[in-house]
Amino acid sequence: MKEIAEASHAISEAVKMAKPAVIAAYPITPQTHIVERLSEMVANGEFKTEYINSDSEFAAISSCLGSSAAGVRSYTATSSQGLALMNEILYIVSGMRLPICMTVANRALSAPINIWNDHQDTMSVRDCGWIQMFAETAQECFDLTLMQFKISEDKRVLTPSMVCIDGFTLTHVYEPLHVPKQEAVDDFLPGYTPQHAVLDPDYPMTLGAIGFPSHYMEIRYTQNKAILDSLNVIKEVYQDFSKRFPVEIKNTRPEEYNHVERYRTDDAETILISLGSVCGTIKDVVDELRAKGEKVGLLKLITYRPFPKESIVKTLKNAKNVAVVEKAFSPGLGGVLYNEVATLLYENQLKPKMRDFIVGLGGKDVTLNHIREIVKNTKEDKGPVEQWMF
Amino acid sequence: MVIYGLPEEEYFTVGHRACAGCGEAIAVRLLTKAAGKNTILVDSTGCMEVISTPYPETSWKLPWIHGAFENNSSIGTGVSAALKMQGKDDTKVVVFGGDGATYDIGMGCISGVFERGDNITYVCTDNEAYMNTGIQRSGATPLGASTTTSPDGKQSIGKQQWKKDMMHILAAHGSPYLAQASIGYLPDAYQKLKKAMETPGPTFVNLICTCVPGWRTDPAQTITVAKLGVETGVTPVYEIIKGKHTVTRPRDVDKLKPVEEYLKLQGRFKHILKPENKTQLDLIQKQVKENLALLLEYESKGL
Repeated sequence: MKEIAEASHAISEAVKMAKPAVIAAYPITPQTHIVERLSEMVANGEFKTEYINSDSEFAAISSCLGSSAAGVRSYTATSSQGLALMNEILYIVSGMRLPICMTVANRALSAPINIWNDHQDTMSVRDCGWIQMFAETAQECFDLTLMQFKISEDKRVLTPSMVCIDGFTLTHVYEPLHVPKQEAVDDFLPGYTPQHAVLDPDYPMTLGAIGFPSHYMEIRYTQNKAILDSLNVIKEVYQDFSKRFPVEIKNTRPEEYNHVERYRTDDAETILISLGSVCGTIKDVVDELRAKGEKVGLLKLITYRPFPKESIVKTLKNAKNVAVVEKAFSPGLGGVLYNEVATLLYENQLKPKMRDFIVGLGGKDVTLNHIREIVKNTKEDKGPVEQWMF
Repeated sequence: MVIYGLPEEEYFTVGHRACAGCGEAIAVRLLTKAAGKNTILVDSTGCMEVISTPYPETSWKLPWIHGAFENNSSIGTGVSAALKMQGKDDTKVVVFGGDGATYDIGMGCISGVFERGDNITYVCTDNEAYMNTGIQRSGATPLGASTTTSPDGKQSIGKQQWKKDMMHILAAHGSPYLAQASIGYLPDAYQKLKKAMETPGPTFVNLICTCVPGWRTDPAQTITVAKLGVETGVTPVYEIIKGKHTVTRPRDVDKLKPVEEYLKLQGRFKHILKPENKTQLDLIQKQVKENLALLLEYESKGL
């Protein structure tokens, strides 16, 4: 079915179709439209789930921990301060290998308090051991939400995942959306059969035991291996999904999902790297400059954790100029993604000219002119390596 | 050891690493007996998790889960919701944690559970301080107790504040069953635990248990000390059923044993018994009597 939907509602619809048995959530702007719509669906009997009105985000993720360990599909959604409040439990959930699925409506962190978009919230939890995927459009929000359940719950993965969507610039934006039939979704994502130890009086297991120095590092090693190996599973799921659900509305998603979307990068001398909804703006500038004969392209990261090193290196191999355009930074170091990409390129003996552009913090507009300037400064090797685009 | 009248089945097995004379180990063993086989246990970080689950070993013969220090009740909510969706309505969810987890760091989450009316029983194994980290004061530490962060000294009588009244905080949430019990009276504690677990909705048992290193008691006197806590009225055992109080014991304010009998067996109160601290001792004695009198008054008025 084709419709015009708010991206938040696209997520709610996908969650409904994934049929989690337990949803636990706490309201925070700009995540609210997702959980309000889910509450409405439950109230109207559109689907059966235990909806827990949690007393905090900390409690919400903890209740998901409990329901997932008891063997049911579990979902939550949050944003910014809420994600920060969950921090302790994020590590525990991934360490216990519970495949909880979450949406994060990306929003700035306080102080100053600010409800608008950037990526500081999810970047600050990149080390929590969760799979992180970024959406650009409402269709991607819908698709990635369905896919995250399949990925996280795979017995080769058993790792929680978050789909990150830009607060307001995506959560509150109406876009064309294609919603497949429930039967097709059920075929893609069957009912939940836990692939991990569960709480069952008939077969009592101890979950969340203490790991002494004799075992802790080994357990962490296997966790790291699982998330690294999940790159293959994620790719498998992307391909399967793309085949089962071909594009219905042009330009609302990649033809075939991949860890990265390569937008006119094949012969590009200058490549911008970014994530999320700002990629739409960047694509417009790429088209404009291409029309003028400039060899510019965009590398859009869809999978951010695990970090798709091979896909990135493959794309940047022949680039002369690389610009990272990001909405997060590590105070005292610089752009988070920039530092990761720079390390990766060094490891592969690639040495393009590199620039790091911090954009759009706390909802500051990222305009076409910003992107034009970013391309120019990168190509002309102009200004300091790290540039804040006000 | 078989205790007359209690089920012989053991779900918390021998071989765990608790101290000799550990009161909390007695408490959790008792709560598993009251819960029975068809139960899921949720524990918080603390001594019990440390002494019973050194991976890959476990003392638990019931399904047991631990997440963090302060989220045991919220995990319980999730487990309970999952069981409902699975149609396993008969499986009990028993959440337990020490007084640090219950009175302090986890209190917000517990309030959420009791406000929503989630179907769990919460048991606080209350030994009145953060014992696992080395005996620091908590909201449950009684006035005058010396701990590593409320030591007695020239300018201090130990903990300066009265113990937080968790029972009545939860009573104000409208819980159908709340009880304070003590390992000094095991059959009584067993009955109270059982009642809590058989009552639908969020129920609570504050189970007082001696801590040998924390209270500085003789390991052979774990039960004796707990019993004296009840007999002196310091830790009376009572119930609040649908808002109405019933005091099990002690029942007579005038026949209470003097608090010194309880305090003198514990190193944490040693300084209180010095002549120069007589005022503090009198204050504690007065408050103990008033607290019990109030509980008995509630009971007599049908409150």
